[in-house]
Amino acid sequence: MNFLSSVKLSLNCLRANKKRAFLTILGIIIGVGSVIVIMSVGAGAQSLLVNEISSFGSNLFGITPGAADENGPPASVMGITVTTLKLDELEDINKVPGVIAATAYVRGVDSAVFDSQKVDITYVGTTPAMLIIEDAAVAEGRFFDDNESKNLSRVVVIGDAIKQDLFGDGQAIGEILKIKKQNFRVIGVMGKRGTVAFENKDTQVFIPIKTAQKILLGINHVSLIRGKFEDNANIDMMTGEIEAVVRENHNISNAAQDDFSVRSLDQALDVLTSVTNALRFFLAGIAAISLLVGGVGIMNIMLVNITERTKEIGLRKAVGATRMNILKQFLIESLTITVFGGIIGIISGSILSWLIATIAKQIGYKWDFVITISSIFLGLGVSAAVGLIFGSYPAAKAAKMEPIEALSAE
Amino acid sequence: MEDVLIKIKNIKKQFETGEVITKVLHGVSFEIDKGDFVAIMGPSGSGKSTLVHILSFLDRSTSGEYLFEGQNINEFDDNKLAELRNKKIGFVFQSFNLLARTTVLNNVILPLEYNGARDKASAAMKALKSVGLEHRLDHFSNQLSGGEKQRVAIARALVNNPEVIFADEPTGNLDSMSGQQVMEILVNLNEKGKTIILVTHEQYTANTAKRIIKIRDGILESDSSVQSRVDLKNGLVK
Repeated sequence: MNFLSSVKLSLNCLRANKKRAFLTILGIIIGVGSVIVIMSVGAGAQSLLVNEISSFGSNLFGITPGAADENGPPASVMGITVTTLKLDELEDINKVPGVIAATAYVRGVDSAVFDSQKVDITYVGTTPAMLIIEDAAVAEGRFFDDNESKNLSRVVVIGDAIKQDLFGDGQAIGEILKIKKQNFRVIGVMGKRGTVAFENKDTQVFIPIKTAQKILLGINHVSLIRGKFEDNANIDMMTGEIEAVVRENHNISNAAQDDFSVRSLDQALDVLTSVTNALRFFLAGIAAISLLVGGVGIMNIMLVNITERTKEIGLRKAVGATRMNILKQFLIESLTITVFGGIIGIISGSILSWLIATIAKQIGYKWDFVITISSIFLGLGVSAAVGLIFGSYPAAKAAKMEPIEALSAE
Repeated sequence: MEDVLIKIKNIKKQFETGEVITKVLHGVSFEIDKGDFVAIMGPSGSGKSTLVHILSFLDRSTSGEYLFEGQNINEFDDNKLAELRNKKIGFVFQSFNLLARTTVLNNVILPLEYNGARDKASAAMKALKSVGLEHRLDHFSNQLSGGEKQRVAIARALVNNPEVIFADEPTGNLDSMSGQQVMEILVNLNEKGKTIILVTHEQYTANTAKRIIKIRDGILESDSSVQSRVDLKNGLVK
């Protein structure tokens, strides 16, 4: 009996018992479908993260306080405040060849009051170089300059949304805002920037960094230094040079004792991609467990199947089928069921993933619809394996039947 | 002298179920020539079914010798027996044993699936024509009457052009009209040279054969040729 007629035969058997076949296949459909959805949605979410973060521009680097494990996140990300990074280090970092700009950040969350109105804001203390690094521009008025940045000027540049909330269509420049009961003169309004890297830039206000440190926060350190390289070439070498400069500033001779970490955005993206990949495959693995459950269903139904068709097995043996013929027939049958279920699972999983991607795009996320060839092969391969593994016991049982006993079965 | 097709000598068979041993055949010997038409008779429990299973390679004897076309069957493994069943034997069962939800044509093709035959459809058509069912090719087996089902089963038995046809109570589930048609086909096949081995408990049906072997309590009770054969075409006793 050749392969094709075995497949045809098993499709006939499926067709003859549609409801049962569907319920049997359902386990495989759900298993393969969820593997596909998780792989695809995972890839979509990954692309969203990567897109958001690289919307900064990929030739950026950051210096965070606290040592970093080789591939893990820096300590500051874990909520630990490390105070080793200082504002005056900017000068030395700016001198590193290839660095076109560098700025420092401190930040806090509070509210801004104008007249009787009050809005929640994130105030960001920084230097004028921020405009270059974040590729931002002032829409009205001006940004503060280096002098204002150095001599504790109480000036503020407000985000577009803050301007709308407090001043509406009226004039904002020259008005006085109260932040933490301190007066700040509005000197500029930022252009509309929207959300960058999951942060709404339009609800931020910018004040000179020293003002923020001394008057609003009462601290001496900065929480982040960020800079921009001239281009993407030799990024590893240049981050190395920056490390050397900061190390000298901090009087550290051994790299193992670093109290800071330097990362380019490229490197950060690599780490992020490997972390999210691990997460995707982990989740897909969990989804694959449901395939095992589906496999047990297949085994169950194949056992029922051979019991019902004992007489047929006897007849086939009587007219010349060998054990091998019967074994093959039932293996092909369970393979057909699972691969068929796998194909439906791939199709329905893809449709679901596409819907999710479409909805995410509608909402405004930079979400890519990704179905990889590897996840399709994974789905097909696993469902075929499930068919072979869970079909082999029933098939062996059928093959072992004695022809007379099988023929005389009721 | 005609060729000897089947020769058994002192065939014994016992079944073991746990500690219980049931002896079914106590040493049966006979020969069947090519072209013969033998009815095997005996009450239930006589061992006739077991004997027929052994003769048709569905089972093995516990001891004794079985030569089929001069070959010693005891030396063959299961795969070789499957091959012999496929090529040398056609089965007609009391309960037809057609595959449900399968067309008449595909039912007849079934034995050809196991020997790599080419042009299966035309061989199956030829067999169906010989039983007068060429117009029913695409019907499903459950759409046929009992007599038609049995004729499909005969076509299936014939499709590999076997040496011998084993018909186990072929008329048992049929009305007398269909039963007579089926027997007519078997008689015709025998007249064309096929060896037929018929299992029956009806004397009238047995009398269509040339020879009757009676089994009782696991031994051969009698073996005699039929003196006055039933002529099915005229409903007369010759």
